[in-house]
Amino acid sequence: MAKLVSMTGNQAVAECMRQINPDVVAAYPITPSTEIMQIFSEFVADGAVDTELVTVESEHSAMSACIGAAAAGGRVMTATSACGLALMWEMLPIASVMRLPIVMTVVNRALSAPINIHCDHSDSMGCRDSGWIQIYSENAQEVYHNVIQAIKISQREGVWLPIMVCVDGFIISHSIESIELLEDEKVKDFIGEFKPRLPLLDLDHPVTYGPLDLQDYYMEHKKQFDDALRNSKETVIEVAKEFKKEFGYDYGLIDKYKLDDAEVAIVVLNSAAGTGKHVVNKLREKGVKAGLLRIRLYRPFPYEEIRDALKNVKAVAVMDRAVSYGAQGPLFPEITAALYDSPSRPKLKNIIYGLGGRDISIEEIEDIFCSLDDVVRTGKVGNVYQWIGVREDNKR
Amino acid sequence: MASLKELSKKKDLLTSGHRLCSGCGVSIAVRQILLAAENPVVVSSATGCLEVATTIFPYTAWKPSFIHSAFENSAATISGVEAMYKSLQRQGKIPEGKKIDFIAFGGDGGTYDIGLQSLSGALERGHRFLYVCYNNEAYMNTGIQRSSATPYGANTTTRPVGKKSFGKSVDRKDLTQIAIAHKIPYAAQASPSHWNDLVTKVRKALNCGGASFMNVIANCNRGWRNDTGKAVEMCRLAVQTCYWPLYEVENGKLKINLKPKEKKPITEFIKDQGRFAHLKRPENQHVVEELQHMVDHDWEHLLALEKLEA
Ligand SMILES: Cc1ncc(C[n+]2csc(CCOP(=O)(O)OP(=O)(O)O)c2C)c(N)n1
Ligand code: SF4
Repeated sequence: MAKLVSMTGNQAVAECMRQINPDVVAAYPITPSTEIMQIFSEFVADGAVDTELVTVESEHSAMSACIGAAAAGGRVMTATSACGLALMWEMLPIASVMRLPIVMTVVNRALSAPINIHCDHSDSMGCRDSGWIQIYSENAQEVYHNVIQAIKISQREGVWLPIMVCVDGFIISHSIESIELLEDEKVKDFIGEFKPRLPLLDLDHPVTYGPLDLQDYYMEHKKQFDDALRNSKETVIEVAKEFKKEFGYDYGLIDKYKLDDAEVAIVVLNSAAGTGKHVVNKLREKGVKAGLLRIRLYRPFPYEEIRDALKNVKAVAVMDRAVSYGAQGPLFPEITAALYDSPSRPKLKNIIYGLGGRDISIEEIEDIFCSLDDVVRTGKVGNVYQWIGVREDNKR
Repeated sequence: MASLKELSKKKDLLTSGHRLCSGCGVSIAVRQILLAAENPVVVSSATGCLEVATTIFPYTAWKPSFIHSAFENSAATISGVEAMYKSLQRQGKIPEGKKIDFIAFGGDGGTYDIGLQSLSGALERGHRFLYVCYNNEAYMNTGIQRSSATPYGANTTTRPVGKKSFGKSVDRKDLTQIAIAHKIPYAAQASPSHWNDLVTKVRKALNCGGASFMNVIANCNRGWRNDTGKAVEMCRLAVQTCYWPLYEVENGKLKINLKPKEKKPITEFIKDQGRFAHLKRPENQHVVEELQHMVDHDWEHLLALEKLEA
C-alpha cells in the first residue's frame, strides 16, 4: 500500500532515489540540495541500494563522472543547486548531445554574487539552453512524482536525453509536507529494467563518444538533437498518462488552474503556484475571474499548449523568479512568443519576484491581479517590466 | 617483461590513418601503452592533439571503446565509467571474471594545469584505472602555449623570446611527485625511447588493483621544433641527460629504473630543438647553466629519495 508520510522535499527525493536504485550516483554537497545526498549515502551505507556512489571533488567532476557512467551503460543520478549547477555548465550540453539519460534534481537557489543560499531560478534558467529536458515541480509530492517519471522519460527510445527536475530550495526542499509514498515494487515496475544503448562497456561493439565534428556534420547533428529534444514533449505526455493509469495522479505539460473562463491570470513556475492558487480561490469568491497557469515542462517549451490555455484571458502577468539581466525575466519572452499568433493576444506584464528567497505574499499576488484588472478596464499596460517586493528607499 | 615478438603479434589499438602530425611522439607512446594492456580496454581522453586528431567524424582511429568529454576531466570521466563497471559487476550484470582495463589520457596542459583537480580527486578515490599524461611540454593543439610542464628557458607562443625575455622564466612543475603524494599503489615516469621499461610499467600499473599514474614524455616536433622523425631520439636524450629520469614508485617504494653510466649534459638535449635555439646566444648562457642546475638538483634529489626509501 502507498503510505502517507511527513517529509521534506529533500527527503522525498532521496526516498525516490532509493526506490529507483540507480547504478551510479555522483555526489558533491551544496545547500539546499546537500541533504538529498546525505540521506541517500545512508541508503548506500546500509546496502539498501546497489548504487556505486562516487563522492567527487567538485560538481564539474560530478557531471563528468555522470557522463562517463551513463556512457558506460546504466542508470545515473545526481543533485545540485546554484553555483554547483553553474560549475557543471560546460558539461551539460555534452551530456545532452551525447544523449545520456542522466536524471538530476536541481534544488533551485540564487547564483552568487552576492552569495545567497535561498530560492530563485537563476541557476536552472542559466542553463536552459544546454539541451536538457527541464521539468519544474510545485511541491514535494510533485518532485517525487517528477523524478520517477523523469527516469522513464529519459531512457525512452527516441528520447535518450538527460533531465533536470527542478524544485524550490528551502521553500520545498526543507519544509515538511504530507506526501504519499508509492510502494517500492510499483515504482520499480513502473520504471522498468534499464536497457543500455551503445554502452562503452559492450566490448564486442566498441563505440567512440565525443569525437571532433567539423563544418561538414556539426549542423546535421545539432538538428537531429534539436528534433529529439522537441519530440520528447510527446514522451513527457505519454509517461504522464502511464503514471496516471498506474498511480492516479494527473500531470500535463502545463497546469491550468481555473483558466477556462478566466479574464486575468498569472503564469508561474514551481512553488509560487501554491500561493497563487490560494489567491485565485479568494478572488473567485469575490467574483473576480482569476486563473493561474503553471508551467511544468519548460524545455522543450510547450508553445501550443500555452497559447491554447491563455487564449480567452484578457490580461496576463508572467512571474519570473530570475532575470535575464538587461532584458526581461526568462519566462516572459517565451510566453510572449507563444501568444504572438493568438487571435485574441492577451495584454502582458512581466513581474520579477522572489529573488534570493524573498517571500512572495498573498497580498502582493492580489495586487498583481488588481493591476491586471486595471489593464483590462483601461486597455493600457503601463510598465510592462516590474520588480515587486523591492524596498525603494532606506526607511524600511 | 614483454618480448618484442609477443608485442609485434598484437593488433594496434590506435590505427594508422589518424591525423596526428607525421613523426608525432604522442602516437608512438600511445601505441606502446595500448599494446601493453593484457585485457580489453576502455579509453578516455582529454581535449588536445591526441583526441582531435584521432576522432574526426565520421572516422575514429580507436579500436577500443573511447570517450572524450572535455579538456580538464579525463580522470573524472573515466571515474564514472569505472564506477559503472563496478556497480554492474557487483549486481552480476557483468560476469565476475570479465576484466576491463581503464586508461585515461591527457596532455600536459590537460593534466598539470586545468585537469589537476579532476586527476587528484580520481586518484584519491582510488578508482582502478591508469592515468597517462602524454607530456609534450606545452599546449600543442592550440599552438604551443606554455604549460606548467614547459621547461625553463623554452620559447613558446605565450612566453616568447623577446628583447626582455629568454622564454619561460620559471621551472616546470613536478607532477609525478604530486601524483605520488596521493599514496597510490603505482606511479612512474617513462619514455617511448625505452619501450620495454614503458610496457612493463603499464602492465604493473594496470595490475596494481587501484589508481595508477604514468607521466610519459612524448616529443612534439612542431612544438619542440626538431626534425620530423626524431621523436624517439629526442625522448632518449631526455632520459640520458637525466632531464627525464625513468623511475617508479610501487607501493611507496621508489626505484630509479635507469641510471646513465655517463650522464649527458643538458646541451645534448637542447641542441637540436628550435624552442631552445636562442639559448645558443652568449647572453643566454646563464639560462643554460640554470637549466643544467635544475636538472642536476632534481636528479640528486631523486637519488636521495631512492636511498631514503631503500
Ligand atoms: C575549458 C577549456 N579551455 C581551453 C580549451 C582549449 N584547448 C583545447 S586543447 C588545449 C591544449 C591542450 O594541450 P595539452 O593538454 O598539453 O595537449 P596537447 O594539445 O599538447 O596534446 C586547449 C587549451 C578547451 N578545450 N577547454
Ligand atoms: S602538434 Fe605536436 S603533439 Fe600535436 S600532433 Fe603535431 S607533433 Fe603531435
